[in-house]
Amino acid sequence: MKKGFSVRTIVAIGIGAALFFVLARFVSVPSPVPNTNICTQYGLLAFMAAVFGPLAGLLIGFIGHWLTDLSAGWGVWWSWVIASGVFGLLTGIAAKKIDLDDGEFGKKELIRFNVAQAIAHIVSWIVVAPVLDILIYAEPVNKVFLQGTVAAAVNIVTTAIIGSLLCFAYAKAKPKKDSLKKEQ
Amino acid sequence: MINVFNYIDKDSPVHALTGASKCACMILWSVAAMMTFCTPYLILLTAFALLAFKLSKIKLKEVRVLLLFTLVFLFLNNVLIYLFSPEHGVELYSSRHEILHIAGRYNLTLEQGLYHLNVILKYTSTVPVIILFVATTNPSEFAASLNKLGVSYKVSYSVALALRYIPDTISEYHDISLAQQARGIEMSKKESLGKRLRAMSAILIPLIMSGMERIDTVANAMELRGFGKNRKRTWYMSRPFRAGDIAVIVLGIIMVAVSLAYTAYNGSRYWNPF
Repeated sequence: MKKGFSVRTIVAIGIGAALFFVLARFVSVPSPVPNTNICTQYGLLAFMAAVFGPLAGLLIGFIGHWLTDLSAGWGVWWSWVIASGVFGLLTGIAAKKIDLDDGEFGKKELIRFNVAQAIAHIVSWIVVAPVLDILIYAEPVNKVFLQGTVAAAVNIVTTAIIGSLLCFAYAKAKPKKDSLKKEQ
Repeated sequence: MINVFNYIDKDSPVHALTGASKCACMILWSVAAMMTFCTPYLILLTAFALLAFKLSKIKLKEVRVLLLFTLVFLFLNNVLIYLFSPEHGVELYSSRHEILHIAGRYNLTLEQGLYHLNVILKYTSTVPVIILFVATTNPSEFAASLNKLGVSYKVSYSVALALRYIPDTISEYHDISLAQQARGIEMSKKESLGKRLRAMSAILIPLIMSGMERIDTVANAMELRGFGKNRKRTWYMSRPFRAGDIAVIVLGIIMVAVSLAYTAYNGSRYWNPF
């Protein structure tokens, strides 16, 4: 595992976690429902996982969420911190085929990216987080599954908007593969 | 620098411990409290947590905002649990002592009360320790200490980078936000939700794209200095272990051991007086 980290991945994990932290703490859109905010950080996480791969996604989610919980003061809610890491990991695995660094992000990639993030959200918030909540805190089953379902639904929508926009913007700035031809 | 982590520099026995031992103790402490539902033990852990708080010389008013957040979160969580499952305690303890009938399926039972007390105690026994860790550990030393705990130095360096770039990213966010507002985007509640989301992406995209550029710059700089060549790395902020550090880690291990021993002895995680 130690060999697998390139310097660029290490830096991406660090700065990705810093961005995750800032988005989670400062950039949230107040929603019409009181006391809930629309999280923007998962759009960023899905995008970073697509660019830098599953291991980076796992660590950005885990470190970013952990630091957020540490600074916010509600205690570290381990089950959800782990779920954030799982989301990054799964998105990274499922989006491996998308080559953003080659400037490719068309219709096919858009669909692939969104299917990947939707599956990853469903697994993280409707399976991983509630099961850990039950194991660690013995919370009522119907409460945690309802919370998880709401979180998954909201996160899928925001990730679809923000994540896709980020992928478009990033791919546009990269030169396309084979875009230069040798003159005869 | 913006103090997002509420590090408060003081001269106390808790501050003198290295970040590594405090981090290990905090994790072991959380694990111990997470595993058990033994009410007397959780009360004991809470007492220990408050004692450690006293030793650290951190005053309550210095962490008031953090505590307020915790209390609101704790309150909402308990209300939600009760609304969704007023008979959860009865199921867990498989007995029923009703005190008061409220309405419909909502009753007040001793078992439900004990379950809520446990949930509250799980917070009160761990939150002071986490607040204490954050308030008494210098962020730069924290990253160095992760490496000492056995986390690979590359991952520890990622954490160090995150801590280093959080203040920069915050100030960049404010700059971009002000620039976009000067160009006429509206972020307040007066706008509709869809418009606010669109305004948000006008801030997010430049913020994240400049972050991506920064990744390349920092990665190049580190590569040029030969980062990652050797198997080990020394840290500017790391401190040697002293007797107190070892004592704190042993204390953490004992806490987890007591939790495990109780579960094994009792046959379940729950302390059941009924």
